[in-house]
Amino acid sequence: MFSTELFSQLIVGLSRTTILFIVASGMSLILGVLRIPNVAHGSLYMLGAFISYTVVNFFGEGAYSFWLALIIAPIIVAFFGFLLERGFFSYLYDREHLMLLLLTFAFALIIGDLVKLIWGVEYKSLTTPEILQGSAEIYGLPLPYYNLFLLTVGPIIAIFLWLFINKTKFGKIARASAVDREMVSAVGINVSLVFAGTFVIGCFLAGLGGALIAPIVNISLGMDHSLIMEVFLIVIIGGLGNIWGTLLGSLIFGLTQSLGILIWPQFGIIFPYLAVVVVLIFRPKGLLESTW
Amino acid sequence: MKKIFLPFLFALLLVLPFFLPRFYIYLASIILLTGLLATSLNFVIGYGGIYQFHHAVFYGLGAYATALMITKANMPYILSFLSAPFVSAIVSLIIGMICIRLTKLYFGMLQISLGSLIWAIIYRWYTFTGGDDGIHGVSMPEMISNTKGAYYFTLIIVAISMFIIWRIVNSPFGKTLQAIRDNPMRSLSIGIDINMHKLIAIVIAGTFAGIAGMLFVVVDNSVFPDMMFWTYSLEILIMCLLGGLYTFWGPFAGATSIVLFRTFVGAYTKYWSLMLGIILTLVIIFLPEGVFGFIEKLWKNRDKNNA
Repeated sequence: MFSTELFSQLIVGLSRTTILFIVASGMSLILGVLRIPNVAHGSLYMLGAFISYTVVNFFGEGAYSFWLALIIAPIIVAFFGFLLERGFFSYLYDREHLMLLLLTFAFALIIGDLVKLIWGVEYKSLTTPEILQGSAEIYGLPLPYYNLFLLTVGPIIAIFLWLFINKTKFGKIARASAVDREMVSAVGINVSLVFAGTFVIGCFLAGLGGALIAPIVNISLGMDHSLIMEVFLIVIIGGLGNIWGTLLGSLIFGLTQSLGILIWPQFGIIFPYLAVVVVLIFRPKGLLESTW
Repeated sequence: MKKIFLPFLFALLLVLPFFLPRFYIYLASIILLTGLLATSLNFVIGYGGIYQFHHAVFYGLGAYATALMITKANMPYILSFLSAPFVSAIVSLIIGMICIRLTKLYFGMLQISLGSLIWAIIYRWYTFTGGDDGIHGVSMPEMISNTKGAYYFTLIIVAISMFIIWRIVNSPFGKTLQAIRDNPMRSLSIGIDINMHKLIAIVIAGTFAGIAGMLFVVVDNSVFPDMMFWTYSLEILIMCLLGGLYTFWGPFAGATSIVLFRTFVGAYTKYWSLMLGIILTLVIIFLPEGVFGFIEKLWKNRDKNNA
């Protein structure tokens, strides 16, 4: 009996980890390369969820609409991010962190109200696509297909991102610009464009996270507020810019919360924060080495 | 000009309740205590250069300390009021001691996670703190239980607190703090204990935030966990920024405008945060020193031209 509960909480925790990881890795890129503590990142995630709701309803709840939404929503969010970066951030890179933090908070307020304006204040919900409905059984324990799907998507994205950052030319340039902007531009590379590219990729990941979580939660206003703080803390405890650190941080956050609920239902939500405090006291710069 | 202005303003605030309807007296009290809250944050972030991202925690703790002492412990009112700055000071000391080794963004992040931890505990501890409902209908002593009495109580406490903060800012301690903000390396090499100064600044700011929280209970007779959610911390930061981070009265002016904005624009449209976002964006891009700071700069330039 207990092991069934434990198993299902574990699955829930790992699915949550996947979503957190996807959103947090985008944040990690933006914070690591552009040095923008982007509070609006959570709003972009919310935007991704709402857009995917609209896309699915537009094409009807058929087999393909979900997969279409999974592609279209992040692209729209990424394009929105592109406009933000070119329109605002590209002029403000030399400002203090504090100003950038408040500017992104202003964007979060604006995006939140725009979502309210467009989609209204009611909860929205999506059904999972037919292929991913139902659940598999492992040793008699139920494992929903959708969670299985999430659990496979997470590692794939982690590997892709790692390859992208460490093995491609763009990734190397982005890492170099994080360390020394002037030197990179001195060798004739357009740093501004590299920044724009990085920001767009980060926003794409936020949108993807939103689109992936859309079928299993109520899509609602305020889903950004609860998420953004967790994502910030994950990036910090993982070690800035380190993909594996972000994954580790997401695991800590996802698992301490879902397993903490088993141990002490009332105070389940304090466990992740407690874990963060312990990590930061002993390793102030994050668990893994910052790769930038 | 400045010398006449403050006593004049204080006299105006003293006679204000005789002309205003009840709701506006309530609003004026909220403005005063929010102004104190913003000033206390400005003390640590503007003068100290310390990234205290989660300042609302100390505000909330002060409010909860007062409310719980009155409703749960049935303590005398004077003790309940005094417990607010005391609890906030102790907690800000503990959080400060944990965070002080880190700088800038990392300090802010650890501070925000510790603050969120406290928020989560209060949010979840239904039997003690009332959870997300908070505590309502906290009884007050006879004298300040009506709106007018609460207003005068708030006015006096805020005036005294502002005076104390002003004295601290202009004391040798305050000047040292600003020196540390502007050039930590140099301050260290002339023998200033940087971390000790920063820690004291954090505790002072936390104490005054606690007093503001206590005043909120006096004015509103209630507490709720949203008071210490991290979005409210950013809102206080916005007040400081709108007014001007490095000016003394700027945050107070910023708090006034945000409270008024929220009350009046919020009454007409539910999209007030959209408007706030747009205004904030414009201010950050065009007036990074804040509205009040900008006016002050103009003022100084005019003086220079006249001289």
